[in-house]
Amino acid sequence: MTFSPRIVGFMCNWCSYAGADLAGISRIKYAPNLRIIRVLCSGRVDPYVVLTAFQKGADGVLVAGCHPGDCHYISGNYQAEKKMKATWKILSKAGIDQERLGLEWISAAEGQRFADVVNSFTQLITELGPLQADPQKIASAKEETADFRIRWLVGREKDLLEEGNVFGEPVEEAVFETLLDDVVSAQYIRNSILTVLKEQSMSAKELAETLEIPSHVVVEHLIHLRRGQKVHMVEGHPIRYEVSAW
Amino acid sequence: MVGSIMVVGGGIAGMQASLDLADSGFRVYLVDKAPTIGGVMAQLDKTFPTLDCSMCIMAPKLVATGRHHNIHLLTNAVITNVEGTPGNFTVTVTMKPRYVNAEKCTGCGLCAQYCPVEAVNEYDERLTLRRGIYVDYPQAVPLVYAIDREKCIGCGLCENICQAEAIEYHQTPEEEQVNVGAIILAAGFDEFEPDTKKEYGYGRFKNVVTATEFERILSASGPFAGHVVRPSDGEVPGRIAFLQCVGSRDENSNKYCSAVCCMYATKEAIIAKEHNPDLEATIFFMDMRTYGKGFEQFYKRAQSEYGLRYTRSRVPCIEADPETQNLLLTYETEDGTITKEEFDMVVLSVGLEPPKSNQELSSIFGVPLNEYGFLDWKIFEPLKAKDGIYACGAFSGPKDIPDTVAQASGAAAMASGVVSGERGTLVEEKVYPEELDVAEQPPRIGVFVCWCGINIGGIVNVPEVMEYASTLPNVVFVDQNLYTCSQDTQEKIKQAVEEHSLNRVVVASCTPRTHEPLFQSTIREAGLNPYLFEMTNIRDQCSWVHMHTPEEATEKAKDLVRMAVAKSNLLEPLKSSSVEVTQSGLVIGGGIAGMTAALGLAQQGFTVHLVEKEDHLGGLLRDIRYTVSGEDPQEYLTGLEQSLRDHPNVTIHTQAVVEKVEGYVGNFTTTLSSGEEINHGICVIAVGGQEHKPTSYLYGEDKRVITQLEFEDMLSKGVKAKTVVMINCVESRDDTKEYCSRVCCSEAVKNALQLREQNPDATIYILYRDMRTYAFREQYYDKAREAGVVFMRYDPETKPRLEKKDKSLVLYAHDSALDLDFELHPDLVVLSTGVSPYDNSALSQMLKVPLDRDGFFLEAHMKLRPVDFATDGVFMAGLAHSPKFIDETISQAFGTVARACTIVSKERIETEPIIAEVDEELCCGCQVCIPMCPYNARELDEEEKIVKVNEVLCKGCGSCVAACPSKAAQQRHFRDSQLSSMIEAFVRR
Repeated sequence: MTFSPRIVGFMCNWCSYAGADLAGISRIKYAPNLRIIRVLCSGRVDPYVVLTAFQKGADGVLVAGCHPGDCHYISGNYQAEKKMKATWKILSKAGIDQERLGLEWISAAEGQRFADVVNSFTQLITELGPLQADPQKIASAKEETADFRIRWLVGREKDLLEEGNVFGEPVEEAVFETLLDDVVSAQYIRNSILTVLKEQSMSAKELAETLEIPSHVVVEHLIHLRRGQKVHMVEGHPIRYEVSAW
Repeated sequence: MVGSIMVVGGGIAGMQASLDLADSGFRVYLVDKAPTIGGVMAQLDKTFPTLDCSMCIMAPKLVATGRHHNIHLLTNAVITNVEGTPGNFTVTVTMKPRYVNAEKCTGCGLCAQYCPVEAVNEYDERLTLRRGIYVDYPQAVPLVYAIDREKCIGCGLCENICQAEAIEYHQTPEEEQVNVGAIILAAGFDEFEPDTKKEYGYGRFKNVVTATEFERILSASGPFAGHVVRPSDGEVPGRIAFLQCVGSRDENSNKYCSAVCCMYATKEAIIAKEHNPDLEATIFFMDMRTYGKGFEQFYKRAQSEYGLRYTRSRVPCIEADPETQNLLLTYETEDGTITKEEFDMVVLSVGLEPPKSNQELSSIFGVPLNEYGFLDWKIFEPLKAKDGIYACGAFSGPKDIPDTVAQASGAAAMASGVVSGERGTLVEEKVYPEELDVAEQPPRIGVFVCWCGINIGGIVNVPEVMEYASTLPNVVFVDQNLYTCSQDTQEKIKQAVEEHSLNRVVVASCTPRTHEPLFQSTIREAGLNPYLFEMTNIRDQCSWVHMHTPEEATEKAKDLVRMAVAKSNLLEPLKSSSVEVTQSGLVIGGGIAGMTAALGLAQQGFTVHLVEKEDHLGGLLRDIRYTVSGEDPQEYLTGLEQSLRDHPNVTIHTQAVVEKVEGYVGNFTTTLSSGEEINHGICVIAVGGQEHKPTSYLYGEDKRVITQLEFEDMLSKGVKAKTVVMINCVESRDDTKEYCSRVCCSEAVKNALQLREQNPDATIYILYRDMRTYAFREQYYDKAREAGVVFMRYDPETKPRLEKKDKSLVLYAHDSALDLDFELHPDLVVLSTGVSPYDNSALSQMLKVPLDRDGFFLEAHMKLRPVDFATDGVFMAGLAHSPKFIDETISQAFGTVARACTIVSKERIETEPIIAEVDEELCCGCQVCIPMCPYNARELDEEEKIVKVNEVLCKGCGSCVAACPSKAAQQRHFRDSQLSSMIEAFVRR
């Protein structure tokens, strides 16, 4: 049997969901794989919910909102863009093809465009095949979307880039991107460590082997996690680490 | 006196006026001659200068108007008689038959699908065909089909097809007598028909289209699904010419300027360019009239970013190449060169004309029309047609959407002012039974699956979906309906809720965007909280788009039902809370805008505090000595001030400024510099603006160089100067001030005419860049030219130079039209320097409302909310918003009155139930959410160091929820758990 992907769509009530309605009113046919979850604003689409979809078994997630400038809530779609951009970074860390998360702007007048977007997205996901990511990696990525630092930075991104920082200085996009990349990378490793340690306690070396990353990197992050009281050491040979209860 | 108001015309003006009135306690009858409301804006692709999708921004207003229980739509209707006096009119409305029962028609569209008759589609500007039974456009309100009796051959098919039994061939015209206290005329405009201008070949040449036709071509819902192609052969045009002033500023058709064409042509060219970046777009124009807020910047961007070519020439005629259907334009540029150029397509920027029905409306209502056939209005009464009858929008002259919307609110204020004592007497409040407490009960879910005639049932196997639904957890009742939205089904749903003790209801049918409120109301009647309802769309997003794969459609419908049921398990009853409203207003600024707003509010029966920083009222109007149409501004001002001082509801605070503002909509507390504290429910910002003081052209160094206002003052005392040179756009439309100040061209013309009257021998020059005497102001420009005022155009690259030589002033000017240099020896140089905002930063911070980059206040939405801020309860009017004329300021000021009345007319305001909330245990006080909220609905509790949601201000978009780093924020009705339950239900299978 040919692969028929499962695609979850988050559509904003005012533009994209209305565009989907218009496609229907205009009887424009498109692929039947998408299931739409209506939200009031694309800005509501939490990266955490996106990762939930992947974790539960969606092969693709399509987020659609009003065109830039058209947002019913003034700026929600700009926020959505920042959130999805960060989610792409997180997905790639987990080895999930970024393209499996689509972000599109579809207006209430664009029935044909809605159908076109759904068709090409469905085709793309069909070509990519079923999502066969490591559950542990997805779990780590999902943890990452809940991470305080990342969420804070993403939440501040628009204002920082457009209005400058607290010192009244402009923040360059490249600088911000590098920072976010670093945070995402670091946090991903830490989440991976925690995900593995939740299953069983391990030594730094064992962790390095399981996660396929250099052991000195594991050690650096373990220090950080221990100081943050996320993990603690278990005395013995070798020294093992386990997840702290709280 | 009768507490109801009639609005004639259901375009954007009529809808806005109706909504404002209905939201402030009046019953509204909205009459439209078409079968649906929406007007011209429904046809537009995008709107300038923000390029918003027109339908996207308008659809919510359409739906709100159609659904409002105090707005009664009378469509397909004409007015045949009016009797009575202000406060008590009897209007006879004749409803033409639509041959479809509006109560029964579900708008499913099956009839139109089968109808064998085709007719040209007026909504698509005759570029497509519709059927003999039709609705104008998919989002139409009311969504009721109508038979086009001129085309229908009476074959009887639609009656056989319609499962709702809505077709009624026997319908005859119906007459209704409506009793209203006041009337608003918002009849809009007609387009100039270019067939009369034979030289342009419209109608003969396929590739010559009107701007509205081009608008439909650009639209994604238009004939070519938004692909820019030309009608003759479906090819993509590489070169498009836009011809301005077709049917405007023209001796042979309409003398006035149509006020919007320069901007719409620029907009259309930009959109076309976005579709096809290689497109070469040329706009042929006489003066580029981009005079509104943000327009000049749009015009600049059109050139610098999009590379549009603007050619100053009026093209005399168009020829077509019969082979290629290309169009040949022969035109003369200013330097006298004759150029012949070929284009693939020509768009005629047709002007706005009074509707053909205006003569009839004028005689029925007894309102005067001007020489052009639009309403005749007065500068200090721009919204008044006669006592008790008011007007707004293009009915009183060509204007753009923001001006129209401001006027619509303004007309609503004036009309309701007549019957303000009757507020609330004729409105209906729906009474629901007391809500059952089901919060603690385990879910008992009822699922209703709709056939929608055969729209769903013809493709999706509805019985199978229903059977399937009955197997889902907690589903205790299932049913299928031919039309779930029909009246009898509502009864069935209520019965089922009662008999089966349902505490959740799921409907699988069409779109919640139109039908959710109906079902929510039904379950409320059965005693359930309306938020214990979930709807899933198995028609628009399933059966209609998967017609050829019925099995997959059925599977998808099952998935969708499963997802909706999953969420319904987690639904919670939601309540809106309500807060008390201080039913009074604060108006900041005592100029014409503030005075008008304050008096308007007072006349509506609310107390008002008017705050003015000077020791006198009047603002900038005190410096206006006369108007171009002969009125005396000072006399008007004196009268207005007297009315204010006499009004018991008004308290005037002069020499006072606002020091501190606390609170939010309905409950503000403002502290003045005097220390006085004022409690108020709304606030109007009317702080005005000032004439810009220049630093160039020897201003301040030589007394013979003055500004227009100084000249006006001088004129009021008599001017002897023989040679007067006026220079327009001084420190405007350049690096000092990027924007155009809108009023200066007309101010210069006014002063020139005044001088000519005083001193017939004077030589008067006006040096200008574009003459922006838009709309009816064109007549004074004509008059000035006839009176011998010399108009000399200059380019920004060759600005005039002023020098002082042996005590005389010498002005070196380059006439760009003639390409000649002139040396003038003026006795007086008058500079048109434009309008500058005051420093508004403090007020902007106190009221948490934004400024634009020029320093004026920035409205909530450029197009549809011109006098509102995103922050509820704060409004603005006049020069605080942008430069504008007296009549426009007065319209806006009345506009703020109507907008304010939607709040202060209520004793309590209800909050939106679907809002964000904060788990105080989880919030760490990081405050990432505060700047993210566009409505200032989040604030830090300084003591507890956590963020709290202001339930009155939150609009429930959920952006903050998806950002909260601590996961402390949740959105009611769209909780993470609720969204996740749907995801899980889908992928689980």
